[in-house]
Amino acid sequence: MILKINNQSLEVDVDPATPLLWVIREQAGLTGTKFGCGIGQCGACTVQLDGVAIRSCLTPIQAVADKEITTIEGIASETELHTIQRIWIQEQVPQCGYCQSGQIISAHALLTKTTSPTDEEIDQAMSGNICRCGTYSRIKKGIKLAAEELAEASTINLENNG
Amino acid sequence: MGKWTRRAFITTGVLTGGALVVGIVIRPGNRAGKVKDLIAGEGDTVLNIWLKVNADNTITVIVPHAEMGQGVHTTLPMMLADEMDADWKTITMLEAPGHKEYANYAMGKGFLMGPKDIPSMLIGTVDGFFLTATKQISLQMTGGSASVRFTGMLAMRVAGAAARAVLLEAASQEWEVATEDLVVKNSTISHPPTNRREPFASFVVKAASLSQPAKPRLKTTEEFMIMGTSPPRFDIPSKVDGTANFGIDVTLPNMKYAAIKASPVFGARAKPLDASAIKDMPGVHKIVNLEGAVAVIADGYWLAKKAINELPIEFDKSDHDTVGMNDIYDQYLRDMDVAVAEGKEEKDVKKGSINKIFKEATNIIEAEYRVPYLAHATMEPMNCTALVKEDSCEIWAGSQNPLGFATSVAEVLELDQEKVLVHNQYLGGGFGRRVVPDVAIQAAMIAKEVDYPVKLIWSREDDIRQDHYREANISRFKASLTDKGQISGWNNQFVFKHDPEEAPHIPYGVENQFIHYTNSKTHVPWGYWRSVDSSMHAFFTESFMDELAFKANKDPYQFRREHLTNAPRYLKVLDLAAGKANWGEDLPAGWGRGISLHESFGTIVAQVAEIEIIENDLKVHRVVCVADPGFAFHPDGFSAQMESGIVFGLTAALYGEITIENGAVKQSNFHDYQMLRINENPKIETYIVTSDNWPGGAGEPSTPGIAPAVANAIFNASGIRIRELPFKNHELKANAKILG
Repeated sequence: MILKINNQSLEVDVDPATPLLWVIREQAGLTGTKFGCGIGQCGACTVQLDGVAIRSCLTPIQAVADKEITTIEGIASETELHTIQRIWIQEQVPQCGYCQSGQIISAHALLTKTTSPTDEEIDQAMSGNICRCGTYSRIKKGIKLAAEELAEASTINLENNG
Repeated sequence: MGKWTRRAFITTGVLTGGALVVGIVIRPGNRAGKVKDLIAGEGDTVLNIWLKVNADNTITVIVPHAEMGQGVHTTLPMMLADEMDADWKTITMLEAPGHKEYANYAMGKGFLMGPKDIPSMLIGTVDGFFLTATKQISLQMTGGSASVRFTGMLAMRVAGAAARAVLLEAASQEWEVATEDLVVKNSTISHPPTNRREPFASFVVKAASLSQPAKPRLKTTEEFMIMGTSPPRFDIPSKVDGTANFGIDVTLPNMKYAAIKASPVFGARAKPLDASAIKDMPGVHKIVNLEGAVAVIADGYWLAKKAINELPIEFDKSDHDTVGMNDIYDQYLRDMDVAVAEGKEEKDVKKGSINKIFKEATNIIEAEYRVPYLAHATMEPMNCTALVKEDSCEIWAGSQNPLGFATSVAEVLELDQEKVLVHNQYLGGGFGRRVVPDVAIQAAMIAKEVDYPVKLIWSREDDIRQDHYREANISRFKASLTDKGQISGWNNQFVFKHDPEEAPHIPYGVENQFIHYTNSKTHVPWGYWRSVDSSMHAFFTESFMDELAFKANKDPYQFRREHLTNAPRYLKVLDLAAGKANWGEDLPAGWGRGISLHESFGTIVAQVAEIEIIENDLKVHRVVCVADPGFAFHPDGFSAQMESGIVFGLTAALYGEITIENGAVKQSNFHDYQMLRINENPKIETYIVTSDNWPGGAGEPSTPGIAPAVANAIFNASGIRIRELPFKNHELKANAKILG
């Protein structure tokens, strides 16, 4: 079976019922996506499937064959970090850092869909991601700052193109 | 105890390529008595802090503590760099390997002596008693909020100052000028009168040939350049792009994976499984029978997990198969009663005459509080990778206690400890859980059966059910109030006592006190849990203080103030918290405010919680947190730790409950051991008070005070006094009238 992860094709030979999480970690060697609970409760394993945030610990690989899978390793460009990642450093968001791949992937999916999210929209999009270190207030601030920067960047792009 | 000669050395040397190595080495001068097992031979090292001045004038610092999000990999190098007047931009750090030479002497000493007895300069104060104690609490441990206040203060700063002194002396000799005329800044030494200026690296050879000053001068707070600022943490960039290596991320050639099933009832034995049980499971290689568990090794974790779920694993009956929470609480109460009846209480604090005062008192208040067991639930489930060879073993794990892991693994494999090497990784949460070496012992026992490395991963269910728990406890109070509303007597009995010693002590001026405890052993394993005993005693004592205030007809804040007339440090923190939280100002109907004050790990914290009760639902809107840690070396990191500790404590107060049923833990995962999520996160405001006191901890001190602050706020909003955690088990209803 062939999976498309971060724009690269990966041929895997495992039980099609295997959760995507373990294929990403063990076959693709992308360990940024984390195991947290195995029942879709904590969000540590969040990846994007065609741009939508999903829990890879519950998703069998047979369900994702034709889809674009994006992990934390796949959101930066070759030369620079994604705005969300940069803001995460600027605001010193992570503590232990274990949940942060999932947090960033969820935030990325939110900001792709909702360019200027309200507090309630952030709560709704991010409440599936547990952080045991309690970095929630910095995550919220980070999302708002990233939204502002992304909006500015897209305005500049529009002006340049227009 | 034998008499100790006191020796410490600053050693220097030049490495190939021209780097200067400076080591602060503390060696015992006497190897008699209790410490002889610890000290192998002449010149054996107790504590090393190493730094390296490289040929390109960059500096490498070795840090003997694990990074678990508390920022210690940044803050400790800051302390060293500042004393050295080094250029912060050129500092890199390495974590010390799990080895005796990095033993955490400073932590052991700090715990035992208490800050007030520690001289401003450590060098030359080794004695055997502390070495023994250090060994007992496991060397090189990261916990007890100790990294900055002990290792930082007693070792990193001294090492930095010593390195600076050595380099200064070298420059003085090379240039033939007085050291007083030299200026050190940003890793450069200059001599303004002759306009000379050279980087540290120019003096490496000379510095290595010098005999060293025994007592380098440390900076005063006013002289700090880096300490007290908040540079970005070293570990964060790798935590935003997926490259940070946690224990679970370790990948080795030919590595296979293991899953495990342990006895749900602690201590019960597993019935061994025959090797043929996996013959129809492709990709599954081996069954390993351990004493209380069965493990399988497979090509991938999912395969291993599936196999372990399908195998018919059984456990022997044990004496604890019927034990439930009621049995445990009944046993506690029985043991507490017997202790009192027979006068066999373990005394903690005794002053004045509690019996006399209670006999005379007219206003006596009694209350009984309870808290349940708690699991740690670190985001990264327990895991460990091991490679066992005939006469050596390598371990990869995120550990708060790498040397303890090495010792335990060496013991079960019957190897010398030197033959076990621990490669410590980032910790996906610690909170005290990653002090316990259980998973490393299992991984080693499993890997011993094969000739390739094995990564053992616990499921979340294993993690919740095989933890070492913050204990369930009962705390009973009896207090007397004078006609003027002063507390005249304070009697408090609870079960067990661990750390920190001051956890059940109150800062309030009460003349007659009897604080005592009773041991009541159960089969449930105990472990350090963020803030340890303070995680429950702050809830007990600060809730009961609120009850007394109500009985005395006084405002809870003012009532505390009146009992702090001889405790100005506490008073300052409490006053600032009340002020910042608009204490006394009106709140909407259904809202309430509650206050708490508690010191742990050397830091005093006051919290005011603002809550709302909406239809039996509790919403914590705002928390004002004021902390006096003496000095915050990385203020942004300190604030982050305060926020973190509050969310951790609030999670436990709202939801945390591990229940024992039929001898085993009932909960299993995040659906029934619930965590606070972003939509429930209160607005947290942290204010730092600086005082002249010895630095206090950051990782733990904000956890204890949130439960009582919220419980007191609930009382303020509803008149309902909650004496048992968690809050989720209580029906709440706002009642604005109760307090008038």
